[in-house]
Amino acid sequence: MAEKVGIYVCHCGSNIAGMVDVEEVARWAGEHIADVAVARDYKFMCSSLGQQMIAEDIAQKKLTRVVVAACSPHLHEKTFRRACAQAGLNPYLCQMTNLREHCSWVSIDQAAATAKAKALVSAAAERVKHHQPLEPTFVKVNPATLVVGGGIAGLQATLELADAGYHVYLVEREPSVGGHMAQFDKTFPTLDCSACILTPKMSEVGQHENVTLLAYSELQEVNGSVGNFQVKIRKKARYVDDTACTGCGICSEKCPRKVIDHGFEAGLGYRKAVYTPFPQAVPRIPVIDIHSCIWFERGKCRVCEKLCPHHAIDFNQEDQFLELEVGNIVLASGWKLFDCRRIPQYGYGRLANVYTNMEFERLCNAAGPTNGKIVLRDGKSEPKSVAIIHCVGSRDVNFNEHCSGVCCMAALKFGHLVLERTRAEVYSFYIDMRTNQKGYEEFYQRLLAEGMHFVRGKVAEVTDAARLPNEQGKLIVQVEDTLLGMQRRIPVDMVVLMGGLEPQTDAKELGLKCGICCSMSGWYTERHPKLDPVATMTDGVFVAGACQGPKDIPASVVQGAAAAARIQAMISKGAITVEPIVAAIDEETCSGCRICNNLCPFCAIEYDPQKEVSRVTTAMCKGCGTCVAACPAGAITGAHFNNEQILAEIRGALWDAEPEEELQTAYAHDH
Amino acid sequence: MPMTTENFEPKIIAFMCNWCSYRAADLAGTARIKYAPNVRIIRVMCSGRIDPTFVLAALAQGADGVMLTGCHPGECHYVNQNYKALRRYAMLQHTLQQLGLEPERLRLIWASAAEGQQLAEAVDRLVEDIRRLGPLRWPANWQEDGQRLKALAAIEKEHAEASEVPR
Repeated sequence: MAEKVGIYVCHCGSNIAGMVDVEEVARWAGEHIADVAVARDYKFMCSSLGQQMIAEDIAQKKLTRVVVAACSPHLHEKTFRRACAQAGLNPYLCQMTNLREHCSWVSIDQAAATAKAKALVSAAAERVKHHQPLEPTFVKVNPATLVVGGGIAGLQATLELADAGYHVYLVEREPSVGGHMAQFDKTFPTLDCSACILTPKMSEVGQHENVTLLAYSELQEVNGSVGNFQVKIRKKARYVDDTACTGCGICSEKCPRKVIDHGFEAGLGYRKAVYTPFPQAVPRIPVIDIHSCIWFERGKCRVCEKLCPHHAIDFNQEDQFLELEVGNIVLASGWKLFDCRRIPQYGYGRLANVYTNMEFERLCNAAGPTNGKIVLRDGKSEPKSVAIIHCVGSRDVNFNEHCSGVCCMAALKFGHLVLERTRAEVYSFYIDMRTNQKGYEEFYQRLLAEGMHFVRGKVAEVTDAARLPNEQGKLIVQVEDTLLGMQRRIPVDMVVLMGGLEPQTDAKELGLKCGICCSMSGWYTERHPKLDPVATMTDGVFVAGACQGPKDIPASVVQGAAAAARIQAMISKGAITVEPIVAAIDEETCSGCRICNNLCPFCAIEYDPQKEVSRVTTAMCKGCGTCVAACPAGAITGAHFNNEQILAEIRGALWDAEPEEELQTAYAHDH
Repeated sequence: MPMTTENFEPKIIAFMCNWCSYRAADLAGTARIKYAPNVRIIRVMCSGRIDPTFVLAALAQGADGVMLTGCHPGECHYVNQNYKALRRYAMLQHTLQQLGLEPERLRLIWASAAEGQQLAEAVDRLVEDIRRLGPLRWPANWQEDGQRLKALAAIEKEHAEASEVPR
């Protein structure tokens, strides 16, 4: 019996109809494509009226197949499948074709776009006739979650889930959770103390009955899929037994080796070879840095071991590997600071009193190396003037095109702190002032009133080469003031470079472990930039915080909580549906050649030596279809992407082609 | 009526993988990047799904060129199945040559989900290259341009090579 196909061409307002003659496509499809029972066009197919139209046709015209020619299936396939299912048609008998992203939006010629649209509709219609009804499979969701990254976004996600009663494994690669926020003194625009709002969350995570905190650990490997991931965590050797250590700190106190702390103190302070990054660290267990420890360097010392009252020091400790089972993963791996040395004309690393923003954060911090005193590198003299340079490494085609989003506000915060604590003049050199969140613009107005100087222009150079008497011994900021329309040289004592936010160096590597990819600038790609900014293309993997793009604290908290909410929804449902796109081997046709066996990266194909056939373990198959393409006997079928379907799609897409007759005949003869 | 080269609009079938290249094409659309309308996209879950037969079927049914696309090496959603596509691409180029077809009619492109611009440029390049090659008039070309003799001459060498492959 011939199928009855319904074809629905969407206008998408003017998004499709503005370039493609949708009425013509629908009319043509109704007349030229075989087995089409009804072909319609409609303003918005995804609207409830559009969906209702499909449902009514299924009921009245007894449609057996549906083609929706609209936008990307990644956006609305679920919508239309659901509409079909509600009308009693198996959802897999519906096929979408992408007239918007793949046709109208990329075309400039209406006639050509309409012709292309016909080919796409024809392809989908030919394909859908070969569709088979499929049933989605159900997978139970493991209620445990893995959160990668213990910055504010990861902490928020962890606490939301743990408070809801679900177990969370929080993996943090540094010795303590807290992330960048732990390094800050104040947070904009309210100027509340960063530690005061962060440390309660940190200790809560450390003590929570539903949280397994795996600090100083890294995600090694991810297997499995949504609902049932198997993850391998490398717990790096601390050389301190975390079960025995009480965090008394005697080891750090007595350690004879002092080194510059390039981590938490951003190079401004010192730490010992055995250390906790900061006093409020969670967990409070120190770590021995083998690159600076005298025992690891020369084979003697072991002072900490001798003095530890709890015998917690263990120089023989090795990395441990933990294997965990979780249902979902949240990546909250954060950001790294742009390396300001990459812009040599700003003098960082060459001119002593040029600071990065992270260094300045530590300088302002009451718990920092200067106890919050804003002083020059000599450690005593207070600057009389401070220049803050915006967009260092951001909004710059030579480095990063993106706006780092947070630096304008951080610069205003710095300005306020300098004005509050010193008598210095503060100059801000900005390109555009971006203060577009709640209370931000008000904070900018406040700084204008407080007397911070704003110079609009991108700084050309920071130099110590004085030309005028008043420039002697100063750092001179050379800038074109684009509001005055003139070049200016402003002598200052201190320069703060607002380095931009960059993706972590190994963000891509971590993403690949979890099966998600990065944008061109290296941030994790979300499932949809507007409607689904927290999920990713891989089900069960979510992103939160600055790993998805530059974000300030409130936005990171929101995204962390959103990721947790999405996961809670899955856990409370208990099971999720998984697409039944898997391969199957017909034992009758299988010759037992075993070509497919080694092709599967998931080891889903097993050979049965008794029967001399190969067999697919459905639960392990991810549906890529490589084995289907490789089977010389054609014994493997890939559900929803079988040969008949794809060949029909090719045929439909080439409905208007004129192959040589000779070939046509030869080909028809073969098939 | 055979098309003249002047009004020749190549028809190209592009196979795109669900995770990277199809998403790159989606991104090109969302970003309103314009490219030649000659390409008709067929979605597969992975570039590893592209059966060599699909390519031959497309060419036999009137496509003037075929584009295979997948995730970048090392970024395949299915670990490494794009390498299988790479192998089949090499094999297909070989086959096409033996059939007397220009192997340039088949092209393999890696495009990540973020590379809408690159994908659009690759489509435009392929369309231009195929336009230059002219319509795929397989049997006619076969007889006219001596490719057939070349292919026949090559067969002996191919056989020799093939028999050297250890079993």
